[in-house]
Amino acid sequence: MPQYANIAVSILFDGLAYAMFLFITSVGLSVTMGLMNFVNLAHGAFAMIGGYIVVSLTRSYGVGFIPSLIIAAVLVALISVRFERRLYRRFYRATDLEQVLLTIGLAFMAIATFTFFYGPIPKSVPLPDWLQGSVNLGFRSFPAYRVFMIAVGAALIAVLWYVFERTNIGAMVRAAVDNRRMAESVGINVDRLFTLTFALGSGLAALGGGLAIQLLGLNPNFALLYLVLFLIVVAVGGLGSLKGTLLAALVLGIIDTGGKYLLADAGGFFIYAVTVLVLLIKPAGFYGRE
Amino acid sequence: MTAAALEVQGLNRNFGALKVTRDVDLTLERGARRALIGPNGAGKTTLVNLITGLLKPSSGKVLLEGEDITALSQAQRARRGIARTFQINQLFRGLTVLENLCLTIGERDGHCNNLWRATGARRVVIDEALDHLAALRLVDDALKLVRELPYGRQRLVEIAIALAQKPRVLLLDEPAAGVPSSETHLILDVVANLDPDIAILIIEHDMDVVFRFARKITVLVAGAIFTEGTPQEIMANEQVRAVYLGQEGHRVGDGVRHG
Amino acid sequence: MAVNEGSEAVAGKARERAASYLIGRHRFRAAEALPWLLAIAAFFLFPDRMTFGNQALIMVMFALSLDLILGYAGIVSLGHAAFFGVGAYTVGLLIARLDWSEPLSSLFAAAVLSGLIGFVTGWFILRYRGLTVIMLTLATAIMLQEAGNLRSDISGGYDGLPGLVISPLFGVFEYDLYGHVNYLYVLGVLAVIFYIVRRIVYSPFGQALTGIRENVRRMNAIGSPVHRRLVTVYTISAAIAGIAGALFTQTNAYVTLTVFDFDNSAKVMVMLILGGTGRLYGAFIGAVVYMILEDHLSKLSPTFWQFGIGLLLILAVLFAPRGLMGLFEDIGRGNWRRARAAATRRFAWKREHWAVLAGSAFDGAAIGFIIGFAVNFAEADLISEYIASLPARALAFTCLGALVAIGIHAIYLVFTSRSVAEDRAS
Repeated sequence: MPQYANIAVSILFDGLAYAMFLFITSVGLSVTMGLMNFVNLAHGAFAMIGGYIVVSLTRSYGVGFIPSLIIAAVLVALISVRFERRLYRRFYRATDLEQVLLTIGLAFMAIATFTFFYGPIPKSVPLPDWLQGSVNLGFRSFPAYRVFMIAVGAALIAVLWYVFERTNIGAMVRAAVDNRRMAESVGINVDRLFTLTFALGSGLAALGGGLAIQLLGLNPNFALLYLVLFLIVVAVGGLGSLKGTLLAALVLGIIDTGGKYLLADAGGFFIYAVTVLVLLIKPAGFYGRE
Repeated sequence: MTAAALEVQGLNRNFGALKVTRDVDLTLERGARRALIGPNGAGKTTLVNLITGLLKPSSGKVLLEGEDITALSQAQRARRGIARTFQINQLFRGLTVLENLCLTIGERDGHCNNLWRATGARRVVIDEALDHLAALRLVDDALKLVRELPYGRQRLVEIAIALAQKPRVLLLDEPAAGVPSSETHLILDVVANLDPDIAILIIEHDMDVVFRFARKITVLVAGAIFTEGTPQEIMANEQVRAVYLGQEGHRVGDGVRHG
Repeated sequence: MAVNEGSEAVAGKARERAASYLIGRHRFRAAEALPWLLAIAAFFLFPDRMTFGNQALIMVMFALSLDLILGYAGIVSLGHAAFFGVGAYTVGLLIARLDWSEPLSSLFAAAVLSGLIGFVTGWFILRYRGLTVIMLTLATAIMLQEAGNLRSDISGGYDGLPGLVISPLFGVFEYDLYGHVNYLYVLGVLAVIFYIVRRIVYSPFGQALTGIRENVRRMNAIGSPVHRRLVTVYTISAAIAGIAGALFTQTNAYVTLTVFDFDNSAKVMVMLILGGTGRLYGAFIGAVVYMILEDHLSKLSPTFWQFGIGLLLILAVLFAPRGLMGLFEDIGRGNWRRARAAATRRFAWKREHWAVLAGSAFDGAAIGFIIGFAVNFAEADLISEYIASLPARALAFTCLGALVAIGIHAIYLVFTSRSVAEDRAS
């Protein structure tokens, strides 16, 4: 393949894998914010916790990588149900500042706890053989792990799309995001709905965190380091929108990857420039409501 | 012929397929005393929101003394002389009653552009604020935080703020709602004593208030103007009774004062 | 007739009382001299802690700048370190690249530059509310840091620019190794800045800011140019943060890109929450208390310190939303007596409380259980030593978790004396 075409394909491919990570991790945050207007800055911590559960399970207990991912997602989802019911729920009517303080406090506590137990050095996970090495897709070889990520992402997108667009529950969530009061008056139990979506979102974040270990490395600071990215994806995509989060993840993921490929250190800039640009044109994000 | 104080031409507002305001034409002449009535959900508050700029219309125009203000923001329209009260109080709950008023006057006269001189140095503003409070018997509450007041008194503060803006057009959204009946007369007295040149529009469900205050009534049903007329005409109108029949609360014809 | 005159007189007195409160509010009170006297006393009492004192005063200024936007205007910014960093680097670059080391003019340049960046970013960011503002302020600090990293040839990157020595103040006062002159210099600048901030806060503009914080809808309805007001205060706040940053470089003779870190933005917010927002002196108390605590505690264990900060934030939100200043005010107003009485009155234990505690116990046990498993991979050797086998460890942590949760929740219930129904209703 000609040189630039090769680079372009690499950028697209790696960008796609990165975008899948962004989407999986951020979609929960987007729906949470759109549904309940709750600023959850501890979302990155959920992803981090998911990652560490995978690390623990695979390295200390010999559980396989894939089962670990699933267990981590389920575990974090269950934990977050209790969290939501006992703590977060009290703060839905609180000011933005209070929500920010509360969730940042939680994030700090989580980071400190995991630093204490796992240390600050980045961890890695042992991958099964079929996820190492590369896969030949005909015209080129690609790293197997990234293919895996894209496949997982695509599968999740399909499932989420189906749930959101084709099931009753999905319709209820969309209704509640659109107009909460009206949804309540129609008889939708918004409280329970929120617990459900929050659990789902947190579980997905944990999954994203587990997937990210191989891609980005995992240390306790992951919780806050990538938080900005999640917030950007959510804001650019539009709160509460599945489509928006996906589109934002794709755009930002590919542009960030491209920037880093082509301009090494300067590359980190582009993702912010694009964010500013999008918000100037569409203040509520791609698919957000004004 | 001087332009009307406020004029609304062909105002439409859609939320998707839902038409909440249909082709509304409304004219408030100088010194108008107009009541806007209609069943729940008729779009009365929406109409006020469109007039004040909280909502942008899907089509149509809003004119203030002949000037087209449709493109202006809420704040810009307020500076040109439109004041309103909200159906649910919108007050500065963490500030004292007196500060609520001083702030309003400060914004009105541009004092708030000043970063240097203390608010306390402007005796004139404080005195005017206290005058407004006195008219609504709120002076004793002047130093209380708004959130410490009972709802009814907060409502009076809401009205005091609107009046302190010294508007040319005043829009009151259910001013008496939540105010104990012993104090509703305060509102009516104050409104009655206002400059006769000010155009006033009141949204009300309480027909006693409507009939004591209004010289002309506009009936809004399902987002469109149903009919307009003097209180006597409206009271005698069979169709209006029919529209209200089956609604809880006051029906047209109950408790009407003659003459 | 006499009755009417009497009631008129009463009404007149009420008017006067209300008016005089507002009129006298901005006058200097005797108690306000206290922090300044303490600062001067510290100069004489702790001559060997002057470097620490400098940093504390600089943090006070930084916190003050944040209070303007957060406490008074209600703008939640997670990236205020951006302006601190701009100011710090202005001085750094002036000395390192342009050989300009005159202190006061450098301060001025720092203020102008950070104010300018504040104006431009604020104009854009403040058109939004909520999450978008939070995210954009965060992103601004990161972008500036990335920009610095991009041209690390100019900025010195994360290694920074060392050896930045400033010229003598007014050409006369030389800076000594122990930071004495520095301290008085910073204190002087702080006094001037504070005076300016104080005037702004008590002006009609300051009043408008609190109005925006309390109810934007109402501000729009009375015709306030909200965006303009917000951009103005944001610019001023940025300039002040820039001065704080400039002083930082001047007193440390060193600056690195870490000045833009999120940690810095978070730190100043914690200080302000600790001290109390929207009260001028909250910045003083919060910054000083935080710096003292950090100086002593974070050296013992940075991890525990971070945990403690997180816990502090959560406790502040739950129990003391108005910070230490708020507590002082409550004590002053005698609310403390009432609060203590409420806390020590007989606590009526109801059946529903058992259910709530059981819930907490379950949570604690679950967390303990999970930790028991996770600890297998722990770097905290002391735990692995004591309980080697997995089942024993899991059991131990489960019980511990349950007990801790029950204990905390029970204390919470007793001291807030709220019924479960009240809890649910809030």
